[in-house]
Amino acid sequence: MAGKSIIDKIWDLHTLYVKEDGETLLYIDRHLTHEVTSPMAFEGLREKNRRVRRPDLTFAVMDHNVPTSDRLKPIQDEMSAKQIEALERNAKEFGLTLFDLYSPFQGIVHVIGPELGLTIPGITLVCGDSHTSTHGALGALAFGIGTSEGEHVFATQTLWLKKPKKMLISLEGALSNNITAKDVVLWIIRNIGTGGGIGYIVEYEGPVVREMNVEERMTLCNMMIEGGARTAIISPDDKVFNYVKGRPYAPSGDEWDQALEYWKTIVSDPDAEYHKTIRFSVDKLEPQVTWGTNPAMTVGVTEEVPDPRDFDDAKEKQAVERALNYMGLQPGTKITDISVDVVFIGSCTNGRLTDLIDAARVVVGKKVAHNVRALIVPGSQLVKRNAERLGLHRIFIDAGFEWRNPGCSMCIAMNEDRLRPGERCASTSNRNFENRQGPGGRTHLVSPIMAAAAAVYGKFIDIRMLDLPSRSEVLEYARTYKGY
Amino acid sequence: MLEPIKVIEGKAAPLRLENVDTDQIIPAEFLKILGKKGLGRYCFYRWRYNEDGSLREDFILNNPKYRDASILIAGKNFGIGSSRENAVWALQDLGIKCVIAPSFGDIFYVNSLKNMLLCIKLSEEQVKMLQELAERENLILRIDLEKNIIEYRGGVISFDLDRVVKERFLQGLDEIQLTLKHIEKIKKYEEGMPSFLLPKARRFIHD
Ligand code: SF4
Repeated sequence: MAGKSIIDKIWDLHTLYVKEDGETLLYIDRHLTHEVTSPMAFEGLREKNRRVRRPDLTFAVMDHNVPTSDRLKPIQDEMSAKQIEALERNAKEFGLTLFDLYSPFQGIVHVIGPELGLTIPGITLVCGDSHTSTHGALGALAFGIGTSEGEHVFATQTLWLKKPKKMLISLEGALSNNITAKDVVLWIIRNIGTGGGIGYIVEYEGPVVREMNVEERMTLCNMMIEGGARTAIISPDDKVFNYVKGRPYAPSGDEWDQALEYWKTIVSDPDAEYHKTIRFSVDKLEPQVTWGTNPAMTVGVTEEVPDPRDFDDAKEKQAVERALNYMGLQPGTKITDISVDVVFIGSCTNGRLTDLIDAARVVVGKKVAHNVRALIVPGSQLVKRNAERLGLHRIFIDAGFEWRNPGCSMCIAMNEDRLRPGERCASTSNRNFENRQGPGGRTHLVSPIMAAAAAVYGKFIDIRMLDLPSRSEVLEYARTYKGY
Repeated sequence: MLEPIKVIEGKAAPLRLENVDTDQIIPAEFLKILGKKGLGRYCFYRWRYNEDGSLREDFILNNPKYRDASILIAGKNFGIGSSRENAVWALQDLGIKCVIAPSFGDIFYVNSLKNMLLCIKLSEEQVKMLQELAERENLILRIDLEKNIIEYRGGVISFDLDRVVKERFLQGLDEIQLTLKHIEKIKKYEEGMPSFLLPKARRFIHD
């Protein structure tokens, strides 16, 4: 008999019931929720006089709407304020732990789950947000769900799901200097397309993944959604166990030992079977930059903006034309000739400490170009505090970056952080859809290193040409840096 | 509880775009509305309106011919991107009852089902054929969910429908109530759940 993958193992352990047609009732160990997709779910509960079945497994946070400027001022946007109040009311009424605007643990839901130890290996986790796949980096089976499903999980602590197919993506070779998880995942999406993963759960494996730290793996899993996958997951290893250990909600004492024993059993067997296996070598990978209006519209930094005439398929030709028109780009433009107005470093894709350290490697000793507005929005209060403890904020602030409070911010432009029409942004977020960062805004998705370089040089550059300090060197520098 | 639906009949409009993401179906700024009703006005907002609020002539659904359409025939990967269920509510509020496409974003597909917005997958050729028909003439489709067929003047197309979807539409269910029939299984799992899997704030968490 063939072995089982981590997907099968967690799935089976959480299966309560299977219908004839394969629909499975799964128990959900963690439910994370935020102010934007939850109000109608709570409303549904109230209408039917239902309770949240397991308030102890349900956690709420404010992230999508929240201002990233001064938290002590009232929220300007009336609608945002209403959603935030609604979450406060709902959390109270249904007895949920809430990380509100003033909580020292507030942050983007996919950043705080892992860092608080709410996300641990071997569990099922859901959240009303597509990038819930992020939590797969710790070996949790994590699904983004809609509002109706959210209501169902609130009321029953279960989810009906047909088991998706399994795709194994093996990343082989070794990354060149300064090439990051973001470049890898953009490049995968470029290869498989925005629909390439539809119907699949993606499991990553291979030496490249093992080499990455847990935060980098979160970037990989986070963005797999943009390739259409239902979610992504990685078998946990010592790096994950060390990451989880000691976190506020993580198991401790005897329970830590029991947990560890269990976690070691859920990793994929070497002879596990998949519906599809793709092997990529990352040896020659260069920094990736999106040029269009979906994340598969990506090229390497040494390449050019494509020409619609080079596409045979009529629909593709049309899509490329439309995207170039929206992006205000001419076919054949070199990526390194594109200048930017705004740089956004943040989001659940790249708003963690590793990302900020990487950005600092470029910024140290330099200034933001005079015509560029550059923002850093740490993914959570903890990320922010840790960065400040390390002294990174001084490097950014002295260079001319805005150092903001945590939230989704310019990833989704639901608060006041947004692009003006026609503005061009180098962004570490995950979606370059039309109008995503503000009406008429133009988004180029890149890694934190590429974004930081765009801030300093005012345009995209091949960061492999820069002689950057290592992560530990920059931390040492920050520790002793006293500012100007 | 949603009412059962056995037949959907209405005018079809072609939306010849692929990878239509839910950010386009309903932009994020309208997610702040605390309700399901009235979202139709904002559906495809940036494609439908000019900056001054007038209708954009180049957007297909603004064509008077399609104003009363209730069936959308779209390109592949319809509804990719964000999990926002508001995309479904907005389409429904606009009067759309069914979307036909070669493929759909996974979460959008499930969200649609929960709200009984029918999503039908047809082959790329069939979709193209219907789009062309809808452009040429007044295409009225009659979708029969019991027989799994789409009827129109001059033809019949049969389609596959997941049993889950079919049951849902034909019976109209309160899913939570149905799930609670399995309450014993839920309780049993909870009793057996190892304590180490439960989140406990073991450290001083509120500074
Ligand atoms: S940072 Fe962006 S992608 Fe992540 S949860 Fe927030 S809005 Fe969604």
